[in-house]
Amino acid sequence: EGGWPELKSSRPTWALSTLFSLRSSLENPEPRTRARGIQLLSQVLLHCHTLLLEKEVVHLILFYENRLKDHHLVIPSVLQGLKALSLCVALPSGLAVSVLKAIFQEVHVQSLPQVDRHTVYNIITNFMRTREEELKSLGADFTFGFIQVMDGEKDPRNLLVAFRIVHDLISRDYSLGPFVEELFEVTSCYFPIDFTPPPNDPHGIQREDLILSLRTVLASTPRFAEFLLPLLIEKVDSEVLSAKLDSLQTLNACCAVYGQKELKDFLPSLWASIRREVFQTASERVEAEGLAALHSLTACLSRSVLRADAEDLLDSFLSNILQDCRHHLCEPDMKLVWPSAKLLQAAAGASARACDYITSNVLPLLLEQFHKHSQSSQRRTILEMLLGFLKLQQKWSYEDKDQRPLNGFKDQLCSLVFMALTDPSTQLQLVGIRTLTVLGAQPDLLSSEDLELAVGHLYRLSFLEEDSQSCRVAALEASGTLAALYPVAFSSHLVPKLAEELRVGESNLTKGDEPTQCSRHLCCLQALSAVSTHPSIVKETLPLLLQHLWQVNRGNMVAQSSDVIAVCQSLKQMAEKCQQDPESCWYFHQTAIPCLLALAVQASMPEKEPSVLKKVLLEDEVLAAMVSVIGTATTHLSPELAAQSVTHIVPLFLDGNVSFLPENSFPSRFQPFQDDASGQRRLIALLMAFVCSLPRNVEIPQLNQLMRELLELSCCHSCPFSSTAAAKCFAGLLNKHPAGQQLDEFLQLAVDKVEAGLGSGPCRSQAFTLLLWVTKALVLRYHPLSSCLTARLMDLLNDPELGPAAADGFSLLMSDCTDVLTRAGHAEVRIMFRQRFFTDNVPALVQGFHAAPQDVKPNYLKGLSHVLNRLPKPVLLPELPTLLSLLLEALSCPDCVVQLSTLSCLQPLLLEAPQVMSLHVDNLVTKFLNLSSSPSMAVRIAALQCMHALTRLPTPVLLPYKPQVIRALAKPLDDKKRLVRKEAVSARGEW
Amino acid sequence: MVGGGGVGGGGGLLENANPLIYQRSGERPVTAGEEDEQVPDSIDAREIFDLIRSINDPEHPLTLEELNVVEQVRVQVSDPESTVAVAFTPTIPHCSMATLIGLSIKVKLLRSLPQRFKMDVHITPGTHASEHAGKGGLVVRTTVLERVEQKQEREHKFT
Repeated sequence: EGGWPELKSSRPTWALSTLFSLRSSLENPEPRTRARGIQLLSQVLLHCHTLLLEKEVVHLILFYENRLKDHHLVIPSVLQGLKALSLCVALPSGLAVSVLKAIFQEVHVQSLPQVDRHTVYNIITNFMRTREEELKSLGADFTFGFIQVMDGEKDPRNLLVAFRIVHDLISRDYSLGPFVEELFEVTSCYFPIDFTPPPNDPHGIQREDLILSLRTVLASTPRFAEFLLPLLIEKVDSEVLSAKLDSLQTLNACCAVYGQKELKDFLPSLWASIRREVFQTASERVEAEGLAALHSLTACLSRSVLRADAEDLLDSFLSNILQDCRHHLCEPDMKLVWPSAKLLQAAAGASARACDYITSNVLPLLLEQFHKHSQSSQRRTILEMLLGFLKLQQKWSYEDKDQRPLNGFKDQLCSLVFMALTDPSTQLQLVGIRTLTVLGAQPDLLSSEDLELAVGHLYRLSFLEEDSQSCRVAALEASGTLAALYPVAFSSHLVPKLAEELRVGESNLTKGDEPTQCSRHLCCLQALSAVSTHPSIVKETLPLLLQHLWQVNRGNMVAQSSDVIAVCQSLKQMAEKCQQDPESCWYFHQTAIPCLLALAVQASMPEKEPSVLKKVLLEDEVLAAMVSVIGTATTHLSPELAAQSVTHIVPLFLDGNVSFLPENSFPSRFQPFQDDASGQRRLIALLMAFVCSLPRNVEIPQLNQLMRELLELSCCHSCPFSSTAAAKCFAGLLNKHPAGQQLDEFLQLAVDKVEAGLGSGPCRSQAFTLLLWVTKALVLRYHPLSSCLTARLMDLLNDPELGPAAADGFSLLMSDCTDVLTRAGHAEVRIMFRQRFFTDNVPALVQGFHAAPQDVKPNYLKGLSHVLNRLPKPVLLPELPTLLSLLLEALSCPDCVVQLSTLSCLQPLLLEAPQVMSLHVDNLVTKFLNLSSSPSMAVRIAALQCMHALTRLPTPVLLPYKPQVIRALAKPLDDKKRLVRKEAVSARGEW
Repeated sequence: MVGGGGVGGGGGLLENANPLIYQRSGERPVTAGEEDEQVPDSIDAREIFDLIRSINDPEHPLTLEELNVVEQVRVQVSDPESTVAVAFTPTIPHCSMATLIGLSIKVKLLRSLPQRFKMDVHITPGTHASEHAGKGGLVVRTTVLERVEQKQEREHKFT
């Protein structure tokens, strides 16, 4: 009676006694009172459903099902109770079906409030999770019941759950029976999703969430195809951009589960719609989605397994595409040529079969068109299309060599490429070079004759004049790529020519400089390094370059530092190319480094009549170029080989042991750490390049002695170049040294040295440099002492003599070096060191700024702006409010460097945090406009870029300033510098 | 649904659906003189051309440069005399967009050049059916307003 269980036992369980104790309110004639009673019971159950026994569950379910017939005010609480029961593990089988049937029958879900509808979806979800078999026994009735439940749903929160349920119905293979179309209708009526989240929506559901969720449903089964495809076509054809995009993306998703059968009837319409979108759209996104959809369609058609007698739709589909596109390919000046090529390429990229079909039809056409058109620009367009089709070939591998569709066209393609390479138009040459590279990448396509011709062209292009640099660079790159694939062709046809060229260059150098010869010589050096991409080629080219250096050193030519630097740059590029191959890497290291050291040592020997070249080798720039060669040749060595090398090089510098150098009969001893040898001392930079690039676990012999010598040299005031090199070398070793007693000793020595030097006397600036580099070494590895040293550096901002240098020192601390303390050189660089430095030190900098006397305040601002400038913007954003006033003050600082770095700091902040910046708009507008007439061009440009960025602020904030700004920006429009005017135009246009 | 053949159904909206296209000139390379603080750079034809070449055509997602509507050789400029003359060539002789294109060029120049410049924007002689009408149209505001209204109407219809 009324769902009440009979009380058989005299001692009912707690749940049933709760039920009975509520009887008075549950049977109350007033529906509100009944609702409250059930609400209380449901709340209890929600908390304790895990404790319920099977017997209790049976009674409670019966009771609740009965209540569903009650007054509508009661229903929400009843549903809560059922939700609690749906979570019960003890629910006996059969009851889930009975609950759902009751709900389907008794409740009109869509007239309930949102929360209660959500509860119904929850009940269904719970049952689907735990009682799948049981629900499936309901057959299609379950599906139909659910369709009725969700029909008319409008709340985005509920829809996300409902879509999930539909997806599960389909993917877990529930019976849909005759209700496929109904299920489609009840979901597809939301397509395309039209939803704008309310402002300040606490639920955070975005349009995109609904789109993806619905797409998963619609694209989950081929059974929807006959209904979905017409809908998609209709929406692609609509005028609404978002509908087009969503439809194309959904079509793309569908192709993953569809087959020929589903697509068959719709292919002509789909193609017409996609073609129209790609031909005529104004939106690149629609074009991209259209192409992606075509790609998937073709892939889908290629994938299907056919019965022997069935028609293959792929062929007719592709032939349609070809028919509609091919005539546009013959009009290389017209707008539709590229959309047509893109469509064909999208289809050809889908499968090997599609690629064969399209390539075999399009290649002859394009080859013919190339010859039909004589203008370079038209030929370029045709060749670019051709290139696109050739690239697609690389996606598919062919087991049988003869099957490759390109084989038949090889000769025509080659002759066409060689025509392009000899064309006067640089643009056409460039495409020709790219095409040659792609052809070369096809395995076994080019014959040795083709290669010889190609190499000849590349050789010619590698020496192009100034005005076709882009072509020359492309030719060098192509040589590198192809040389790795065809080392024999390049070492027999290109390297000898370059060697000859180098010899000619040498003899020309002797005669004196002629600019064209000089640039030819440079081209030759670059070509030699560019082609060194294969170990066997390196073995030929490296000796050539080193030989060349020796020749220059032999002395009968007037060498300039730029020549030696050019050779070093080539060596460095070669070293970079060798890094990936351990064998080449060791070969390069073993061959080049002793040779370079020998040359340098030779040059550093005191002589009565110093030759010109020897001085050249010791110049700062030349040594820096050698440093980068040595560093690059060392970083990728294996620890074992590096250890082998270190036992030669360290004794060379400490003991003057020259035995491993080639041609090592020097007039006097090599003692770079001795006082009197100022030329030799400069070579410490080369030692630095080597030891600071070694892997961390390589043990350095005589380390203690080396560190002491370096420290001594670093505070020696006769030659800033060598003392800085020594300081950097010391810092580089310090950074990698494992923590422990020895490290502490080194640090103590360094601190003592710094303090002694900073006191007074001639070595203050050297001691400062040492402090800076040691600080950097420690900051990078988060060493505890780094904070002391940074504090010392900050003290120096107040120093009248070293203050400006200390301010610039912050830039060095925050930036990445190229020669020492690099990650590539195995230094210990913690990833967040900048952020950490910022958090640790900026408060002190700000405080120091406020406390500092007026004349040194700019030092603090400069230091601060260096730190901010290097910081990732996301880290900076939260700190902004506290720093902004300081930055605004920095804008008024007369120092150009501070202005510039502050502007470059503010500009991204304007773009990324317009809300915060809005508060200061008045100040910003005034200051930026003032700076836009600064005497420094760079500041004017940066200020105008900031003016441009200001337009990102909310419009209401900007409007009051608009007339004033537009008037003020008229002035920089007439700036004498074009680069300034350009920024002024874009800023003013934006305002 | 769009039938086969030709350029698809929406083609009716466009007067010239498959126009000839021309190559874009790259960014102007920055010379050493331009980076030197001291050297003044005068306003030249290329600078004016750079200002207007990226204006989009009213009916294509293409720039005036790509459609060859504007060319650097058709820009006459004299910095000392503060004068600019730009001649533009509509893609087809009966192009109804000529007025709009001329106006776009003029507005862009007004916004981007110093006030001292006098500017003259006109159709290249002999390239447009209604050359003079086009030239007169540059100052008639209603033409533009109507266009905006039409556009809004279209938008209303589809949303």
